[in-house]
Amino acid sequence: MNREEIIKQENKVYSRPRLLDDNYMHYCPGCSHGVVHKLVAEVIDELGLEDKAIGIAPVGCAVFAYNYIDVDWIEAAHGRAPALATAASRLNPDKVVFTYQGDGDLAAIGSAETIHSCCRGENIVIILINNGIYGMTGGQMSPCTILGAKTATSPYGRRADLNGFPLHVADVVASLEGTCYVTRQSVHTVAAVRKAKNALKKAFRNALDKKGTSFVEFVSTCSSGWKMSPEKSNKWMEENMFANYPMGDIKDTTANESKS
Amino acid sequence: MPKIHGAVTIEKERCKGCNLCVVACPCDVLSLQPKEVNDRGYHFAYSANEDACIGCAACATVCPDACIEVYRVVEK
Amino acid sequence: MKDNVKLMKGNEAIAHAAIRYGCDGYFGYPITPQSEVLETLEALMPWETTGMTVLQAESELASINMVYGGAATGKAVMTSSSSPGVSLMQEGISYMAASELPALIVNVMRGGPGLGTIHPSQSDYFQATKGGGHGDYHLIVLAPSTVQEMADFVGLGFDLAFKYRTPAMILADGVVGQMMEKVVLPEQRPRRTNEEIRRQCPWAANGKQGRGKRNIVTSLELDSAVMEKNNERFQRTYREIEANEVRYEELYTEDADYLIVAFGSIARICAKAIEDARAEGIKVGLIRPITLWPFPYAAIEKAAKHVKGILCVEINAGQMIEDVRLAVHDSVPVRHYGRMGGIVPNPTEILDALRREIIEPSAK
Repeated sequence: MNREEIIKQENKVYSRPRLLDDNYMHYCPGCSHGVVHKLVAEVIDELGLEDKAIGIAPVGCAVFAYNYIDVDWIEAAHGRAPALATAASRLNPDKVVFTYQGDGDLAAIGSAETIHSCCRGENIVIILINNGIYGMTGGQMSPCTILGAKTATSPYGRRADLNGFPLHVADVVASLEGTCYVTRQSVHTVAAVRKAKNALKKAFRNALDKKGTSFVEFVSTCSSGWKMSPEKSNKWMEENMFANYPMGDIKDTTANESKS
Repeated sequence: MPKIHGAVTIEKERCKGCNLCVVACPCDVLSLQPKEVNDRGYHFAYSANEDACIGCAACATVCPDACIEVYRVVEK
Repeated sequence: MKDNVKLMKGNEAIAHAAIRYGCDGYFGYPITPQSEVLETLEALMPWETTGMTVLQAESELASINMVYGGAATGKAVMTSSSSPGVSLMQEGISYMAASELPALIVNVMRGGPGLGTIHPSQSDYFQATKGGGHGDYHLIVLAPSTVQEMADFVGLGFDLAFKYRTPAMILADGVVGQMMEKVVLPEQRPRRTNEEIRRQCPWAANGKQGRGKRNIVTSLELDSAVMEKNNERFQRTYREIEANEVRYEELYTEDADYLIVAFGSIARICAKAIEDARAEGIKVGLIRPITLWPFPYAAIEKAAKHVKGILCVEINAGQMIEDVRLAVHDSVPVRHYGRMGGIVPNPTEILDALRREIIEPSAK
């Protein structure tokens, strides 16, 4: 068979998500944000939530998420996305509200808003992109930077005695009664992307079914901030980040219900 | 045994040459253009060995810029 | 009508008026001297009647950002706080001004700076009228002097906020928040339906349904030319508000030889001082700005033409006096009298100050 015979609409097995619009993404080459954006767009489309979804964008690299995923968006102040989501969700119970935040936004300046939204069990999805660094401002240390990692503000590696310990924010919110689903995923391999998509879909279903707060952490890379190629970043993430932030579900109160 | 034919299209102006698709491809189909660059200056990905493609979509799945679409035909 | 006449605190009147206006959501955090707003709402349980959401947030930062999130979906939302809490809210207020969102913020002022005192003050005049947060923006600022106005300005504040798509503030103080007075509450209005909100707020990020195109509520714009255009649009709105929405009250200004300018609770005490002065044959008039922004420059300029001097009485070190001076262009002497630290001047002090500063300054 030649190429022309294969490339026909009826043979298409993978297309650009319908709800990802045509704008070129501003992210650096190889950035995990792009893959997670695709998953968010696919999940919203597959659950039929295009008209119901309200996204809350963060301050950080994903500040322009609203330029890429074709649903309604509100751009929050740094760290405050869960507060905006709380009100948007409570005042519009027929809608599905999600936040999309980096680790600096969510776990540092927005730690109070994150914890209390989870504590209240807001019926929202909180998406965390954890690459252990402030990407947008040029690669500074974040609360999730692992010990030893070199950043612009820990140039000789993060030290517990100077900078404290990394914040395992997913484990923190898993301990709160308001969360129904807390999971840690990644998007660096095909298998990981497939798993991550299922997790994200479950999270959006939980919000739709008013089961409480779902928290989906994507352990991610930042090749610009880490100063490595995208490929090396993936490897470094597997070898170093995963030891600190192990993959898989941390909490799922909906597990028994879905089995029955 | 059924024979699988695959092909990918790459929107070259969207590609940032991150190489993740090249790494993800199990059949060594993809490569980055060694010399040519797109309008934004990236060495974009292309099918260097297109006959080997099985349309598994691994490349497209991990592509952060959603520039790859995948086609697949199973010949029985 | 008779059923609607109640005796209550100013803070309670805010809560009742919010429900009756058809407010969709209140988000607040306890702080003296305004906690009765949240307490009254929680006790009235409006979610059972009008469907209004009431939530005690984890901080003023969260409260104002909840207001931001709710306002962005086109809902009529509000918060209340007192001075230190309102300082924390400036971030969210600036974002809402920049995102052109209607919302109502109530500041029941207490003395500062810092943690200051829980006692009344008017020392947030600058913060409220000159921007407060970062960037070139203004709030519509309403200054109630009675419990009745506390109730009335909730509706007025929301109406103006929606008319101009900008946040409005009720700048009250601990006196008017805490004192009890007779108040006629407004009639209960239904909350707007989602369909009405979609018509009134076609810009709201409340789900794409039926719209096709997505709505984005944001204050961010990295293209300087576009950002300048955005700012020019905000400024046009502010000029329009200045042209249309100046509100003030005048008392005895027609024959006045001297003028007092005062806002909020202290204006009432000034009115008593003016009665005392007139009993002694001293003709004093009062201008009480009701909108602190836009400020009634023209009314004060006009009144200043017939008087020998102006005393600005404020419960602060002298803030509104700067606007009064701008209004009169040094055509007459303008002096300040105020107390700080939570002390509210009495009529005798005010009359003494008028004599000392304006009527017989040479005797000083």
